[in-house]
Amino acid sequence: MNAPLIGTSVKRKEDYRFLTGGGQYTDDVMLPGQTCACFLRSPHAHARIRSVDTEKARSAPGVVAIFTGDDLAKAKVGGLPCGWLITGVNGQPMKEPPHPPLAQGKVRYVGDHVAVVIAETLNQAKDAAELIEVDYEALPAVVKVADARKPGAPAVHDIAPDNTCYVWALGDKAAVDKAFASAQHVTALEFINNRLIPNAIEPRAAVASYSRSDDSYTLYVTSQNPHVARLLMTAFVLGLPEHKVRVIAPDVGGGFGSKIYLYAEEVVITWASKQINRPVKWTAERSESFMSDAHGRDHLTKAELALDRNGKFLAMRVTTTANMGAYLSTFASCIPTILYATLLAGQYTTPAIYCEVTAVFTNTAPVDAYRGAGRPEATYVVERLVDTAARELGMDRSEIRRRNFIKEFPYQTPVALLYDTGNYDATLTEALKLADVAGFEARRQEAEKRGKLRGLGYSTYIEACGIAPSNVAGSLGARAGLFEAGEIRVHPTGTVTVFTGSHSHGQGHETTFAQVVADRLGIPLENVDIVHGDTGRILFGMGTYGSRSIAVGGTAIMKALDKIVAKGKKIAAHLLEAAEADIEYDRGTFRVAGTDRKKTIAEVAFAAYVPHNYPLDKLEPGLNESAFYDPTNFTFPAGSHLCEVEIDPETGHTRIVNFTAVDDFGKVINPMIVEGQVHGGLAQGIGQALLEACVYDPESGQLLTGTYMDYALPRADDLPSFKVGTQETPCTHNPLGVKGCGEAGAIGAPAAVINAIVDALAPLGVRDVEMPATPERVWRAIRAAKAKK
Amino acid sequence: MGVTVSMTVNGARVSADLDPRTLLVQFLREHLRLTGTHVGCDTGQCGACTVHVGGRAVKSCLILAAQAEGAEVMTIEGVSRDGELHPMQAAFRDHHGLQCGFCTPGMVMNAIELAQKHPNPSEETVRAGLDGNYCRCTGYHNIVKAVQAGAAAMKR
Repeated sequence: MNAPLIGTSVKRKEDYRFLTGGGQYTDDVMLPGQTCACFLRSPHAHARIRSVDTEKARSAPGVVAIFTGDDLAKAKVGGLPCGWLITGVNGQPMKEPPHPPLAQGKVRYVGDHVAVVIAETLNQAKDAAELIEVDYEALPAVVKVADARKPGAPAVHDIAPDNTCYVWALGDKAAVDKAFASAQHVTALEFINNRLIPNAIEPRAAVASYSRSDDSYTLYVTSQNPHVARLLMTAFVLGLPEHKVRVIAPDVGGGFGSKIYLYAEEVVITWASKQINRPVKWTAERSESFMSDAHGRDHLTKAELALDRNGKFLAMRVTTTANMGAYLSTFASCIPTILYATLLAGQYTTPAIYCEVTAVFTNTAPVDAYRGAGRPEATYVVERLVDTAARELGMDRSEIRRRNFIKEFPYQTPVALLYDTGNYDATLTEALKLADVAGFEARRQEAEKRGKLRGLGYSTYIEACGIAPSNVAGSLGARAGLFEAGEIRVHPTGTVTVFTGSHSHGQGHETTFAQVVADRLGIPLENVDIVHGDTGRILFGMGTYGSRSIAVGGTAIMKALDKIVAKGKKIAAHLLEAAEADIEYDRGTFRVAGTDRKKTIAEVAFAAYVPHNYPLDKLEPGLNESAFYDPTNFTFPAGSHLCEVEIDPETGHTRIVNFTAVDDFGKVINPMIVEGQVHGGLAQGIGQALLEACVYDPESGQLLTGTYMDYALPRADDLPSFKVGTQETPCTHNPLGVKGCGEAGAIGAPAAVINAIVDALAPLGVRDVEMPATPERVWRAIRAAKAKK
Repeated sequence: MGVTVSMTVNGARVSADLDPRTLLVQFLREHLRLTGTHVGCDTGQCGACTVHVGGRAVKSCLILAAQAEGAEVMTIEGVSRDGELHPMQAAFRDHHGLQCGFCTPGMVMNAIELAQKHPNPSEETVRAGLDGNYCRCTGYHNIVKAVQAGAAAMKR
């Protein structure tokens, strides 16, 4: 019997290859006869294409082929589909403008794809792309969310003359209005949730090849969900039979949402690989990543909280305008709706909530899920309101939260979700202790003596992970199922290969999932390998996003393990000449209950593949089982994030002096990996709060933050070390009791940081600071407040 | 049109006839197929392409292969010996200083040089020293711990 593996910080199985240069990322793939692709992109935010002259470029050295939107249209290549249909308050479906992989007639954002040049070398492709002459008629552009619906704003698409994709709402408006009418206090705020660029350090890339021998395609691509990419590409864009296309997402260097979607480049080069009958590689330059990866956030929100005089929340009213960008990316439409408005109850018993969301088109890159996806935006709304309300009512900020915490579960929120379990008081209590909040006042006074302003910010967030169940999601507009698949192959000698539809791009599934399997089967960890990211080897998969892998993918694996054990019991019963009902299984051993008669799983596996003594009349040989798991509910991780800042009033510079996160992820499989996920999420949340902003010129639509010199990605010396703790309230509806941890940091942190800054500046009269709270913004807020006094 | 470039890479003499605009990172990845050195930004800001040239950490997307003529170059593939991780590599594994692994080779190459210069680096020294290397996964927390532990282990 082995020691339990679940709950221990096993070192990662994947690290050796990553640390020695043995990782195999998409750009590392080099196929014989491979060509290189370069995409010619629009320099305009909005323009009519009068003509594209490729003649000069075609005769440039090394050029193999050039394709434009017209070529794709002639070949009947379809547009990139959107995977979630939102139905508006008017009962009408959202506006879904065509999204051709290469522009047809018009370009709609800077970076939009105009043509692809394929050449022997990348330099030749780039040189030739410069020779393509495009005659553009520049058109006025609409760039800012706030401008999209103004009268006379240029229309991004003819089918949406008012640039409105949908107007959608959730909640009981009448009940909310009534509660506001009689409330003793109303706290109101307006926010911009700043637009972000995901910036996985591995740029997007794809290598496509076509085989004439069996008319099949292989695509290596930086994807978080290769099966979904294949399904969308074959069924909706290229019209290819799915079994003729293999999509491999090998080692992927970070995703954070940006690699969920089907992008133009991978579709175009897959199609082109057949046209030229040679492999084609494309790898984004960083400037292309900035321009053409799907961006995140970009909300404009008015939010109000109604309270009684004791600080009890009565109702919340939220109006949000969300930017979709120029086209609908794969899951764009569900982010500011299904994954946003449903989270507005937070950890609180607010009895009535109403949220109206207007999604608009603009001449900017498509916007879709980015780490947290809707939930950071919701948490920001709720937690900024709560901290502000506490200050207005003169209440302690932990007390106002405790007074409104949900304490009884299951709990049905007024915004559709049914929380199965939680213990919000426990995470808050632990966070207060870990952050030494009791000592904060003394630290604040000490800082004051040095001329610095100290502030403490709270954020007690809720998350919904493992979006589910499929039938409910379907009724809300999902055009896909939300299950996961897993397969366990026990080899004749008892080693195991696991095939999972989840995909690891940094999360460490090769270790965590192996821990689950090795623990359940009672075999050494090194005898378990996890295979992911290949439609040719894995039966199906929905991939990794929304912190769903362990809760959904892990449960599919558990279900397959149950089948392995059930079949193993039958085989063991035969070998031990006992009744199947008498066989017990525990950590690697099948035993006749109450006796010392036993068979190891390796012995049972051997019998399954060498069935000389086997009940062949009742049982098939082999020990290989697969399972699909469709969750019955979301999981609901929750936690308390506390941020302590020190601000230099002379420069406006904010330093985070202490960041504490206590999270409840349910059962934790590998604490080391979970802490690492929290750290990374916090860095992105702090990045949003203090540093990062995607900025387009509001007139021309040029991307002003298109390089690392302009877009402030957090560097090592921008961030503190973190204090991280966990509390464990197991999820009630999956066998591992797990909830998911990938997005927590990015969800909780932004509100904690801004609440801390506002706390530090509140004595001066500052009520809000817009994200990112750059030194300039903080300095201006201080100046403006002083000028008012 | 080509230039002939010769250098020592991970202890082996190599020579090639190259397009003069070939960057050192392109030479390593595409000609020598040493794909452990990564390209994250192609503008010298992310540090994923960091290698050692003459014992110093250099961003290999910022120099031409021809500029490394005659130099001793070491990439991540040359850091471990006989399958045993270098102390800095081991420290990254032991402290979970990597997630997706993409920035890791550059991070390790820079960290080894940092530890050679600062055998007992403070957290502040490590954070300042890693300023040229982006990581989007770890929030740097565990990288800082790994570099400090790796520096200590390198003294042994």
